[in-house]
Amino acid sequence: MAQKESSFLNMVVTLTIVALVAATVLGFVHDLTKADIELAKKVAQEKAIKSVLPPFDSLGESWKTLPADGADSLEFFPAFDAEQKLVGVAVKTYTKNGFSGLITLMAGISADGNISGYEVLEHKETPGLGSKMDVWFKDESKPSQNIIGKNPVTSNLEVTKDGGEVDAITASTITSRAFLEAIKRAYNTYKEAADQQEATAKADSNKKGGQS
Amino acid sequence: MNQWTNFTKGFIKENPVFVLLLGMCPTLGVTSSAINGLGMGLATTFVLVMSNLVISLIKSQIPSKVRIPSFIVIIAAFVTVVELTMQAYLPSLFKSLGLFIPLIVVNCLVLGRAEAFASKNNLLSSLVDGVGMGLGFSFALTLLGAAREFFGAGKIFDIVVYPEDYGMLLFVLAPGAFIVLGYLIALINRMNKA
Repeated sequence: MAQKESSFLNMVVTLTIVALVAATVLGFVHDLTKADIELAKKVAQEKAIKSVLPPFDSLGESWKTLPADGADSLEFFPAFDAEQKLVGVAVKTYTKNGFSGLITLMAGISADGNISGYEVLEHKETPGLGSKMDVWFKDESKPSQNIIGKNPVTSNLEVTKDGGEVDAITASTITSRAFLEAIKRAYNTYKEAADQQEATAKADSNKKGGQS
Repeated sequence: MNQWTNFTKGFIKENPVFVLLLGMCPTLGVTSSAINGLGMGLATTFVLVMSNLVISLIKSQIPSKVRIPSFIVIIAAFVTVVELTMQAYLPSLFKSLGLFIPLIVVNCLVLGRAEAFASKNNLLSSLVDGVGMGLGFSFALTLLGAAREFFGAGKIFDIVVYPEDYGMLLFVLAPGAFIVLGYLIALINRMNKA
């Protein structure tokens, strides 16, 4: 077959056909994988919730709250034991101050207000440096960098460089700062929401008491 | 050309990384561990094979003035296919490679083979060339990743060889990529000359 001539018509037709075929193929692949991508994300999320909280029986309905210091809302997943008592809340939190932008975490807060675990969901930090955060802050053999079991009220969850008590990841102070910011944001937003709920519950009961 | 030499040339003699020095961006970027290198190599291999195949099939239908845009659209389509498939079925690998997958589109290796080989050779030769070059690329990336992971973190494929505290952090960072690549190129050149 001879090479097609580079006439205007030939070029336009060729590029149009190439683009059309490529778009069609991509449309099909997108449709094929859409459900599985959603599923993979859901499975990853459920796995993350399970790993950050103490053992629980069932998950309650999730809700979203806008934090005081951020533009996007956090998602809360309350977990209950067999007697419907609150075991803890998993919080999908984020920070935009990572070394390479957005970091999304799943943080677990147990019923007594301690950090029960965390899992890194998405990040673009430097491999081998910032990316170590997925294990760094839960190393039980190194209490100075472990945040599991600590309460953000009694412990100063900041890197030592900023006067806190958590050792930052070697050569990744920015990532560490951002990580702790996300954890604290999760805790503060949760506390605020919980306090508010308590206040409204109290107000309700007071009202009822007044009526009777 | 003999198909066997066509296939094996990608490993040492015309290794895309060590000899042709193509596709340096992902080479230096993702090879902080052996598994990342391997994953990136195999994803690139798939794109390379498929684009070589399609381009050698339709090469006579594409006017030469618009061949580069056409090649890029074809390559980009296959890259997106890889990205979506990986996201759906290999979420953990996608998590560590995610950022670099779309960059396969601009990997000079893929476009280079399309332009220099697939657009001039028949279907079978292009297919063999794609597989050979792709595997050579995977081999180079895995080697580079393994060396950096070994010196930097004391591990190979996540298997601990010695405690991480003794590792040289430099090798995990960008300069380590250049240093290791330089030594490997020197080694391969020595082998090729011998």
